[in-house]
Amino acid sequence: MEGSAAHVAPLPETAAVHWRPPMDAARLHKRATLWTLTTAAHVIPFVAAGIVLFLVQPLAVAVSLASFGHAWIIPMLYAARGANVMRPSGARPQNGSATPRNGARPQNGSATGCADPVAERTAVGLLGDLVGHDARALHARTGLVVERGALGVWVVGEAGAVLLTGRRRRRATCFCVRVADPDLPSADRIAHLLLALRADEVGFATVANMAFSGARWRVRRRLPAAMRPALEAAARLDRV
Amino acid sequence: MSRLVRMDRTGHTTLAEWSAGDPAAHEAAVVAFREELDRGYFAMVSTGEGHAEQVKELPIDADLVILRLPISGG
Repeated sequence: MEGSAAHVAPLPETAAVHWRPPMDAARLHKRATLWTLTTAAHVIPFVAAGIVLFLVQPLAVAVSLASFGHAWIIPMLYAARGANVMRPSGARPQNGSATPRNGARPQNGSATGCADPVAERTAVGLLGDLVGHDARALHARTGLVVERGALGVWVVGEAGAVLLTGRRRRRATCFCVRVADPDLPSADRIAHLLLALRADEVGFATVANMAFSGARWRVRRRLPAAMRPALEAAARLDRV
Repeated sequence: MSRLVRMDRTGHTTLAEWSAGDPAAHEAAVVAFREELDRGYFAMVSTGEGHAEQVKELPIDADLVILRLPISGG
């Protein structure tokens, strides 16, 4: 049942963030509302200033447009920050190839192009044992794993996860969370996060740092094209 | 045959294999299990689709026990 995670043993990592209240459905909703209000507090003054300035002095239209631009770009920057949790790090090349800017997967079998391809294939095999056929195929295409949880539907990447909640999964909450060892193969890092998520979903969300909460389409626009099908597949889970 | 697997830089490493009818293999697996827990790994077993559980003792009847590292907010 969504919104009421069954009682489970708490994730041991939550002890390191003991001051944080559990990120259950109620707190998640509260944080999402707060995030929306904060965004509105950033956007409304710029829109209002642009309108008032234009009414008072139409010749200052350039300044009004700049003000509207600020109102548009601030939520976009927040969404980009959220989408970044899905991107492969790709900062540790061993073969000289970084992750393509379009997010397409490198041809050597590695999701990031940084790990030993043999290790990456081994890790993908283990990850494949943990998920179903559809999730395995989706991971092969996008480098992301979709997982239905009690709080919503998760899209898990190697350095974070996006939780889709609400009606038709329109709300995306992005969490930045990672494994201590940065040299693990990409699929192993996803498997780490997936196992922690499955063991204690609320604990997982508590340990993770929230990077963004807002409309799913905003996050989708900022994702590399190759990763977008994962977000769409997660949203479709609502209707299955 | 049950397996104790550690996720590491090689993808994963099988540390021990045992079966219920082989106490020596199980004992060796328990030793390996405790060593990894002492190194800071957490042991996980799947408990059905979409569910996993952390264990502190090696379950003799589990097909697969996976050792993972701690996670933290990025």
